[in-house]
Amino acid sequence: MDATAEAEMQAQEGNQPNYMLVWAGLAVLTLLEVGVAFVGFSETVTVIILVGLAIWKALLVALYYMHLRFEPPRLVVMVIAPLPLAAILVLAALTDF
Amino acid sequence: MDRMTVPAGMDQAEVGIGVPNMKLGMWVFLLSEVMFFTALIGSYILLRSARPEAFAEPGEVLNVPLTAFNTFVLICSSVSMVKAFAAIEHGDQQGLKRWLLVTVGLGAFFLGVQGYEYFELASHGFVPVAEAYHAAGEPLYGATFYTLTGFHGAHVTLGVLAMIWITIRAFRGRYTQGSHAGVETMGLYWHFVDLVWIILFTIVYLI
Repeated sequence: MDATAEAEMQAQEGNQPNYMLVWAGLAVLTLLEVGVAFVGFSETVTVIILVGLAIWKALLVALYYMHLRFEPPRLVVMVIAPLPLAAILVLAALTDF
Repeated sequence: MDRMTVPAGMDQAEVGIGVPNMKLGMWVFLLSEVMFFTALIGSYILLRSARPEAFAEPGEVLNVPLTAFNTFVLICSSVSMVKAFAAIEHGDQQGLKRWLLVTVGLGAFFLGVQGYEYFELASHGFVPVAEAYHAAGEPLYGATFYTLTGFHGAHVTLGVLAMIWITIRAFRGRYTQGSHAGVETMGLYWHFVDLVWIILFTIVYLI
């Protein structure tokens, strides 16, 4: 997300983020995903781009729709804590292949 | 906010880490759901890495354009849910009811499209039963596909039912500008369901 979009997103409607801008971002990223899946990049490049776009979309939902960006730091830490464990669970098992 | 500060409208028992108990409880539940879906998605990735020949290429069996549209529907339901929350935050009762109805409708529509997708796939032999399977790949593909999307669909179904209850309460005037924890908690669950689908759509349909 560029700085302008970030700034616009922080523009408050009262004290709320611009939800429609986030929605537009999610819609565009979904279109991009479908395009990337069928454009014919190598498998590795496709996987990296698609996973990156999916993480970007997930972050938009978590930060702005679930309001994590505006929650107390203690809650944010609590939410982030299990994510490395989840990644380790999958990546450690994947090393078998 | 200091840990010991009691915000207006909250009693001492509700303070904790500075988040109301209902919201904190939903977050804890959602984190358990993170581990649940990690196990499912992780198993899918492992099985696909171990037996790549058992899985078809993206678009070969699954209807990607239809599901991309359905993904967009779920994203729309997320924005309508957060607009319902924003409405009641401003004391807008009509806005709350309108956006909740839109969210229920979009959630039900998502389930309808998923049901249609299942029907179409099953009619082409893409079923999670080894004896009846005759689509591309092997039965492992169908079994993992239906497990992942089915568990997510079950979450959406529960979400729609809970949302109907929240909507009924909204029409009864149970939520006000100062008291709408139910809407916020429901919203957290709904956005999480959307977030999980974002990951599933990428891993199951596009990669």
